[in-house]
Amino acid sequence: MPMRPRGRPARPAALRLLAAAVVTLLVPLAACSVVGTGSTEDSDGSDGGTGSSGGTVVVATHDSWAMSKQVLAEFTERTGYRLRVQPGGDAGQLTNRLVLTKGSPIADLVYGIDTTFASRAVDEGVLADYTARGQARSAAAYAPRDPKQAAQLTPIDFGDVCVNVDDVWFREHRLAPPRTLDDLVDPAYRDLFVTPGANSSSPGLAFLLATIAKYDDDWPAYWGRLMANGAKVTAGWSDAYEVDFTASGGDRPIVLSYASSPPFTVPEGAERPTTSSLPATCFRQVEYAGVVAGARNPAGARAFLDFMTHRSFQAALPEQMYVFPVDRGAPLPPAWARFATVAPRPLTVPSADIAANRDDWLREWADITSG
Amino acid sequence: MSRRSRSGLAVVALAALPLLVLGVFFVLPVAGMVGRGFFPAGAFDPVGVLEVLGRDRTRRVLWFTLWSSAAATAATVLLGVPVTFVLHRLRFPGRRLVRAFVVLPFVLPTVVVGVAFRTLLAPSGPLGALGLDGTPVAIIAAMVFFNLAVVVRTVGSLWEGLDRRREDAAAALGASPVQVLRTVTLPALLPAVVSAASVVFLFCAASFGVVLTLGGLRYATIETEIYLLTTQFLDLRAASALSVLQLVVVSGLLYVAQRTRYGRGEAVDRAAARSQGRAATWRDTPVLVLTGGVLALVAAPLATLVVRSLRVGGDWSLRSYRDLADAGVGPGATVQVPVTEALANSWRVAVDATALAVLLGVLVSLVVARRPGGRLERRGVALLDALFMLPLGVSAVTLGFGFLVTLDRPPLDLRSSALLVPVAQALVALPLVVRTLAPVLRSLDPRQGQAAASLGASPLRVLLTVELPALWRPLLAAAGFAFAVSLGEFGATAFLARPERPTLPVLIYSLVSRPGEHGFDTAIAASVLLALVTVSVMAVVERLRSPSMGA
Repeated sequence: MPMRPRGRPARPAALRLLAAAVVTLLVPLAACSVVGTGSTEDSDGSDGGTGSSGGTVVVATHDSWAMSKQVLAEFTERTGYRLRVQPGGDAGQLTNRLVLTKGSPIADLVYGIDTTFASRAVDEGVLADYTARGQARSAAAYAPRDPKQAAQLTPIDFGDVCVNVDDVWFREHRLAPPRTLDDLVDPAYRDLFVTPGANSSSPGLAFLLATIAKYDDDWPAYWGRLMANGAKVTAGWSDAYEVDFTASGGDRPIVLSYASSPPFTVPEGAERPTTSSLPATCFRQVEYAGVVAGARNPAGARAFLDFMTHRSFQAALPEQMYVFPVDRGAPLPPAWARFATVAPRPLTVPSADIAANRDDWLREWADITSG
Repeated sequence: MSRRSRSGLAVVALAALPLLVLGVFFVLPVAGMVGRGFFPAGAFDPVGVLEVLGRDRTRRVLWFTLWSSAAATAATVLLGVPVTFVLHRLRFPGRRLVRAFVVLPFVLPTVVVGVAFRTLLAPSGPLGALGLDGTPVAIIAAMVFFNLAVVVRTVGSLWEGLDRRREDAAAALGASPVQVLRTVTLPALLPAVVSAASVVFLFCAASFGVVLTLGGLRYATIETEIYLLTTQFLDLRAASALSVLQLVVVSGLLYVAQRTRYGRGEAVDRAAARSQGRAATWRDTPVLVLTGGVLALVAAPLATLVVRSLRVGGDWSLRSYRDLADAGVGPGATVQVPVTEALANSWRVAVDATALAVLLGVLVSLVVARRPGGRLERRGVALLDALFMLPLGVSAVTLGFGFLVTLDRPPLDLRSSALLVPVAQALVALPLVVRTLAPVLRSLDPRQGQAAASLGASPLRVLLTVELPALWRPLLAAAGFAFAVSLGEFGATAFLARPERPTLPVLIYSLVSRPGEHGFDTAIAASVLLALVTVSVMAVVERLRSPSMGA
């Protein structure tokens, strides 16, 4: 063995460093990394699938996507298609993603475009003509009015965005809770209302549209009175409901939320919820699915779209995504059946009007609320 | 002469890989997105963009961005440097744990922290009497909260390696502690402080969740404007204009930082034997009190999170954690995947992102820490240094949508690749790695390397025997930091079409925005879990770094 040359005292340090580099970089890379486990391939959304001859269907959707594995496995069993779901952003971001990638689409099917963005998706031409076959008859009531939209968008579910009140607070303060949008500007309810912003939150936008549906061109004046009456605007739904709403420990007993919120405020061991929604303030948001123009797997996209209107998928919607199925024959969870009221006559704005005016409305709204 | 050109070649060789990655995953997407604003109908039309820059609103937005970020940066540095001193120069029990603790805010999801802050500051909260809800002060406080770790860790790596004998000598010659600090310690630390400050500024200027949540939509920064313009209005022209403005502001800042740093980049004697830190004395009281106060400020929002995760319907309960554990099984489960799976996903992504960030970070640091002779070369190195900082200061929205519109066809059909998320996170972590390593490398006395070279050592040998040994501890620190960044990262990946395997922050976001049963409480429990995992990782890193391991 040759003698170790002199003048290299730093060698152990270098070795140690190399060893460290190996440990830091290579071992974990091999052991547990995205690359190492090959997850670039289709994910396990098709666990139960036996046949996968039909290829993969890629579904673009929003962050609120949730669906039970059993239901999705059922799809794979029935059709042989594997499913790959790519959630990201809210309804607006989802729509914009599709618009920006027109020509080289990111998905075969899109689910989650709502009433407020339907016109943008259709006008920009990101969807192909197709709607689900064999949809329940009750679903027709939720289809878009506009014939061009109706040819490309299939209604899947809906949710009512409504003002909610904390009944316990109002009982304790011996005050009758408000019932209408007009009531919210009543000085009796000063500093009691909180809503997420229209330009940063989907329910916030729905509430702005509710006021536009109700007051038409006078909505800016209504919002002026609302703000003068101490309404508070937050960025997101979660911080309005979870921070400012009295039912969550805040100091405002009137909040903008959903018709499906009250069932979740039934205290443990109690019978009834502590909050309720105000049917006269509800704006209806319908969520649609559609086949993406230029999809790689249009047949698979159509198959999944059909499947979304089937009873098993529809019945899973309330528990999974907290929305009402458009198939009114699908069974609702017991608490929903009792306490989640569907507004009999929800406020609506024609989607052509929304398309033409949304940006102007939002700018004007921002001026009023930040002034 | 040949020596000179060889060193030039070495720079090119070292920088090639990082430049390639930056080019594909940053320059190309951002250029693609900005380009769409300048070419609205396929033809070059800069008029619309210029019109946006002339708007009154744009000026207001720019002004608020600048002053709020500057104020937050100043506060972070003023509070962070004393904390760094205590955590990296004093010896006390539990020091490692406190160091790990300081990193916590950095990994928590903005949405959750925003809510934690609002819970504290809302009129009904414990600090409601201060009336800070919805004010710029709340925004700035949250920015300080998030970024304290950047200062403590960046400056700390350099500070703990400083040779104390210089300070001792100055003191022995009669300098007062303040004089020692002013004339010896601070000048030596300045490069790291400036480094940290520029990173903090970029983080502040590019944060939108905090500004929106805590400002109640009343305040707009360039970043929130780009976010609203792109995601709500799809007004790409205006968004492009603001993206360009953002690039200009960020480049200007980086230029100033560079001048400050390079002007003083003198070599600092590094301790031959690493100092263990000294025991605290009574003279440290002010700085200890200040540190205690800062730590309390960091702890307060965290405490509200922990408390909230343990309360259900007004009672103490572990239900939120049980929901997390049971999640993903049975119909009607609260979340779509079990939290353990999301954590495993986060872990995998973080490992990839860290490996990439460290690999690129070492290469970039070796280049930017050089002191080339020629003016041109020096300029080139400075430019390179700034270039790798840019991803921090450029809108995540622009970058995210840019990925979608540019990486969509072969050979770069990477949109749905599982690599995209780790790469995006590595780009965010890279500047932190460079900022941790470069000051240390720069503080090496170049004569050491020259001496080795004159004794016949090849450049590779010099690298292995002189530069890298000094880098080993900062390297671990940087790797730990990068790992923490990746574990908590959401912004840069929020706009990517994510693969079906959600990471923990993604899971938290989807829980927060779901109006379901206890979704929010479960999200908070998941955040606490994320925090615990991060603290454990950081504590292990501290343990490995610490001299007591017999290194």
